[in-house]
Formats: sequence, C-alpha cells, structure tokens
Amino acid sequence: MRHKNPTLDRRKAVAVILGRRGDALVVAGLGAPTWDTAAAGDSPLNFYTWGGMGGAAMIGLGLALAQPARRVLVITGDGELLMGLGSLATIAVQKPRNLAVIVMDNERYGETGMQDTHTRFGVDLAGIARSAGFRAAGTVYSAAQLKSWIPRLHKQAGPVFCDVKVTTQVAPMVLPARDGPTLRNRFREALLGPVEAFK
Amino acid sequence: MQKKVEKRETGSESVSSISWPEDIHRVLREMNVRQVGYVPDSGHARLIHLVRADRSMRAIPLTTEEEGVALAAGAWLGGERSVLLMQSSGAGNCINMLGMANELRVPLLALVTMRGQWGEFNPWQVPMSQATVPSLEAIGVVVQAVDRAAEVGETVAAAARLAFNTCRMVAVLISQRIVGAKQFK
Repeated sequence: MRHKNPTLDRRKAVAVILGRRGDALVVAGLGAPTWDTAAAGDSPLNFYTWGGMGGAAMIGLGLALAQPARRVLVITGDGELLMGLGSLATIAVQKPRNLAVIVMDNERYGETGMQDTHTRFGVDLAGIARSAGFRAAGTVYSAAQLKSWIPRLHKQAGPVFCDVKVTTQVAPMVLPARDGPTLRNRFREALLGPVEAFK
Repeated sequence: MQKKVEKRETGSESVSSISWPEDIHRVLREMNVRQVGYVPDSGHARLIHLVRADRSMRAIPLTTEEEGVALAAGAWLGGERSVLLMQSSGAGNCINMLGMANELRVPLLALVTMRGQWGEFNPWQVPMSQATVPSLEAIGVVVQAVDRAAEVGETVAAAARLAFNTCRMVAVLISQRIVGAKQFK
C-alpha cells in the first residue's frame, strides 16, 4: 500500500479549514480534534465531544439530516473514526448533501501513548469512504492539496470525506467547556434560538 | 384501530389481536419523530415497513446499534426527534455511547424487542437478554417493560413523553411474548 510521511501540522490544518466555516455546525471528535477545534476559535456552534468514541460522524449525520440548510463539518481523528467505521456505510446510504467528515490522521492514538493506529499500516480511510459511497473522498498530504480541498469541504454536495495526514507533533492543549449540558444548551440555543432550545 | 392477524406463535393473549406496530407508528407520528434509526429485528419488521412508507419520517438503517445513540444526539442537537429500534441483543452494543447520551441529557427513545426470553429456541440469545435490563439501568436508562400487545401503544407514548419532556433516556422492552418466538423450522 502507498504510504507517505505526513508533513502537515494538525493545528494549522484545522485553523485553515475552520477559517472558512461561515455558519457551519462543527462536531469535534474526542481528544486532539476537540483541542484543535477549540484552538481555532471557540463558538457555541462547536459541539465538542469528550467521550462516546466512535460516534462523532453519526452525531454529524443526525445533525445534518435535522438541519439540511446548514453545512455540518465533523472534525475527528483516525482512531475515533476507526471505532465507528460502519458509520461511513450508514452515512453513505443517507447521502446528506450538507455533511463533510474530516479526519485529522496522525496515524496514532494520541491520547493514550501514541500507539500506531491501523492507518499507520496503510489502511486507507478515504478509500473506505469512497467504496461506501461518499460523493467525494480523498487524502491530503500537503498544504497545497488542503487549500484545493477547502471549497469541497464547505460547498461540494456531500457526503464529502477528507483524510488529512498530519504529523505526530503534539500541540499545546486548548481545553474547551466539557460539561455535557452546557455544551448541548449553548449549541441548541445558538442554532435554534432560546424558545425552541428550552421549551 | 386496524386489526391484523399475527402469523407468529405468540402468547395466548395476543394471537390475532391488536396490531401493536401500527400503534407504535401512530404514536411516533403524534410525537413528531423524524429520524428512525434501526438495526432490523423481525419483531420490528412491520414497524420498519410503516416507517419506510411514511414521508414524514426518515428510515436510517444502522450497521450497529450504538450508531443510533449518536444519531439521536445529533438529531436532537439539530432540533429533531428520533427513535432507535433494536432487539435486546443490541442493547449491549450501545452501553458506552449511552454514557455519552447520559452526560448530555439527550432525550433518547429506544424500542427494544426482546429475544432470549419467552419461548426462545436459540441459547445464544439468552445471556444478553438476561443482561438487558441491568445493563441499561446501570448506564442510566429508564426501562419500561410491556408484555401485552394492547398496552404497547400507550407504553410507547408514555415513554416518549418521559424521554422528550424530561430529557432522559427511556427504553421500552417489548416482550417476546408479544413479538413471538422465532420458529426454527
């Protein structure tokens, strides 16, 4: 299997992606993708997960189906996605046009001691997404490639899948709010308004 | 209420009696449930058929039950109500994801058809069946069992109100006595 050494910095890559988010709704996978998303700028429309490993893409699906007029970005990690690979098949069946699943793939379980994940041995997440039936899927190795993917992540008819290969460089922790009810309430209030959110 | 003769071998009370899948479907419509995540079970076959034919609902087949828990969280974050259909063997697949729903206080309505219980033939179904109530309760799910077909509709309606009005996880366990034991012949 083809394999290149990642060169992209995860923190910078997430900042580039979210710099063009507009009013997109963002679901962040537990661990580093949550820190990366918080570091790019806190927003009540960021839904940070601190648990429920394997569920980020499915949270994104439920959200995308409920809010078809809004772009939904799932930003998660390779280990998190590998735990919920079946969700790629489930998403592909529903074909939400407004959903993009973005994996910050450092090929490691970063929160548990940097053990190799399956992608380190060549498992091709974009290939799996493409085979499942995502409308667009690809792997990004360079800043130039990432730049070319930005419009696809934000505009192209989904489901879109992008595996962004990033280095194992650990960025400083940026810890957002972690209390579940706080995160859900601020998200729903910002999206639905206070009347609908708390009725 | 529409009557339907069940072909499966069921407890004496429910043979050729109430069409409980239609009752559930009506309740889900009344409760404005939009997203229906499911792992198929023969006990839910009729309901899944009704959901697929209903343009106000989206049928969402899952590869494993825990996907449906995360789906429900996303749906509710986005302002829609959902329901999760599964059989009891799927309850164990959900536990850690239910921990997330518990922490978030996400309303979760799960309709669980029981296997390994009333007149079961397959011994492999029994352990998870026996563990369904204690494991769901251990992770914080309110469990409401129903073993008469005529009471399914009202039990699901009550469970849905509890789930959506108080932001709690509620599972209705539909007895194998109602569903009928699978016939291996």
